Amino acid sequence: MQLNREQLLAAYRMMRTIRDFEDRVHTEFSAGGIPGFVHLYAGEEASAVGICMNLDERDKIASTHRGHGHCIAKGCDVDGMMGEIFGKSNGLCGGKGGSMHIADLSKGMMGANGIVGGGPPLICGAALTAKTLKTGGVAVAFMGDGASNQGTTMESFNLAKAWNLPVIFVVEDNGYAESTGSNWSVSGTQLGRAAGFGIPAVQVDGLDFFAIYDAAHEAVERARNGGGPSLIHGKLNRYYGHFEGDAMTYRGEGEVEMLRRDHDPLNFFRKRVTEAGLLEAAQLDEIDATVQAEIDASVVKAKGAAMPVASKLLTDVYVSY
Amino acid sequence: MSKKSFRQAINEALAQEMRRDHRVIVMGEDVAGGLGTPGDQDAWGGPMGVTKGLVGEFGRERVLDTPITESGFIGAAVGAAATGLRPVADLMFVDFMGVCFDQIFNQAAKFRYMFGGKAVTPVVIRTMFGAGFRAASQHSQCLYPIFTHIPGLKVAIPSNAYEAKGLLIQAIRDDDPVIFFEHKMLYDDIDEVPDEPYTIPFGEANVTREGTDLTIVAFGRMVKFANEAADLLAKQKISVTVIDPRTTSPMDYDTILESVEETGRLVVVDEAHPRCSMATDVAAFVVQDAFKHLKAPIKMVTPPHVPVPFSPALEDEYIPNTARIMAAARSVLA
Repeated sequence: MQLNREQLLAAYRMMRTIRDFEDRVHTEFSAGGIPGFVHLYAGEEASAVGICMNLDERDKIASTHRGHGHCIAKGCDVDGMMGEIFGKSNGLCGGKGGSMHIADLSKGMMGANGIVGGGPPLICGAALTAKTLKTGGVAVAFMGDGASNQGTTMESFNLAKAWNLPVIFVVEDNGYAESTGSNWSVSGTQLGRAAGFGIPAVQVDGLDFFAIYDAAHEAVERARNGGGPSLIHGKLNRYYGHFEGDAMTYRGEGEVEMLRRDHDPLNFFRKRVTEAGLLEAAQLDEIDATVQAEIDASVVKAKGAAMPVASKLLTDVYVSY
Repeated sequence: MSKKSFRQAINEALAQEMRRDHRVIVMGEDVAGGLGTPGDQDAWGGPMGVTKGLVGEFGRERVLDTPITESGFIGAAVGAAATGLRPVADLMFVDFMGVCFDQIFNQAAKFRYMFGGKAVTPVVIRTMFGAGFRAASQHSQCLYPIFTHIPGLKVAIPSNAYEAKGLLIQAIRDDDPVIFFEHKMLYDDIDEVPDEPYTIPFGEANVTREGTDLTIVAFGRMVKFANEAADLLAKQKISVTVIDPRTTSPMDYDTILESVEETGRLVVVDEAHPRCSMATDVAAFVVQDAFKHLKAPIKMVTPPHVPVPFSPALEDEYIPNTARIMAAARSVLA
């Protein structure tokens, strides 16, 4: 699939936004400004962006606890996201959700999810809506290697196939379910599991935006054309811990430094497009600078925003038709 | 107006709402039945035949049989609700909540709140409950207190066919997730039920008997027994108010408190297990807010705190009945 310069710039910009957002959240969390649980997506950017660049406003995604990247790639407002993570009134959910429950249904982003394996059944429902109302939309369930072992995931494979739903299951396999290796915890293979349900599946290099984009393009086409569900298994890496504060004692010595140096999806993208003469390094440098400034501004806004007022505690439940 | 069974009333509510709104769909195990078989394509209509005939009128695009996969299809109903459909999912027996509860209490119940009011989840989960069917420990529980405990869920418990139709139509039109409890021993009960669609608002109790000596609050099938007890007590010149809250979330405490302020005596009849139940909930509220009006200790009529047994002899002993309610009433009046 040949992307034009505008699309390539947009892809890079989105990946850079995710990276800077996550690096900054890491810094701000360490400084004590962010409450609660935060799970960062840095290192996995090519997956969210490669998938979501194939989607439009008709399409829905269900995310995971590691959801910031999916949010940004599906078009959620970065200032609103930062505000939400700080628990402020300018947050996407008014501060009621936090990092683990960021959502913007108006963008087709059905929420990060605090429950591992919570998303796949929900996304079958979103796909059922698209199919029933004939919107032409597709629905994507992102999950990690951990969620791939949940019964809800297997049930969703079966249901999506039985109902022939326009679903794409994306397994983002970063090698670690919390602190436990997917080498040990996943029996068989992701492709073998999909095959068991008669679902077409492909494994891709999760660092390679172009490979993911192409795999998603094929899966989305299949879903839009009534061909039913697909699965994409991306092998990728996370740079930070399972959650912020995780000392990552389960990882190999120098592992993360090596990954950042030799296996970084943004570096990979930059090298690929500049060597092929598709984009100039200066164009990418300019994006780096602009994004950095935007993230700085979003943190300033989040810090300056008011806390939610106490009366908000009691709103948004029991609303009648 | 004509006489209809509890089963017919529910079927009619579903059909009328499906005609009114193309976004309303029905899904669940065997809600039509027969899919993938050489036989009848409306084979079951659910195990009790409640959804029989719907697939003939609305087709399989709107009456969806599912595999036996409660987490999968209850979750799908929730996701469909959050994206524009108004699904009525059939959780065959409420006892099966154990294999799909995450999708109900962590997903459906929470969306609206944790997404800052930007999501609605208009899903109805119809489910059978209650003892008396000789269905033993895993197909006979009430469990509505567990759902009542969760903010964000609404819980409706119709006590007769008229209530069933009006509450179900309200549930389908409601933008919040509603767990709709159908007592399996009521399906053949007949009542006057209007032919046209109507709604019964949530959070408004129904006073089925008006009296001055004693207040009885009862839920679901127990309303029927409470009414019987009240009628028998009336012949003994004991004047009883019977209150059917109809929904436990939201819950109409005001009607109960007003009645107790007048009668000063309260019996609560709850078929659920007695610990952390609607009986304890109502008793606690009345003690907190109307203690000075109480002339006698509150009496709770419940099963013992044991699983539902199979043997008819044991199950009949388990279920609260009219005689037990009358005994409780007399002890409160003594």
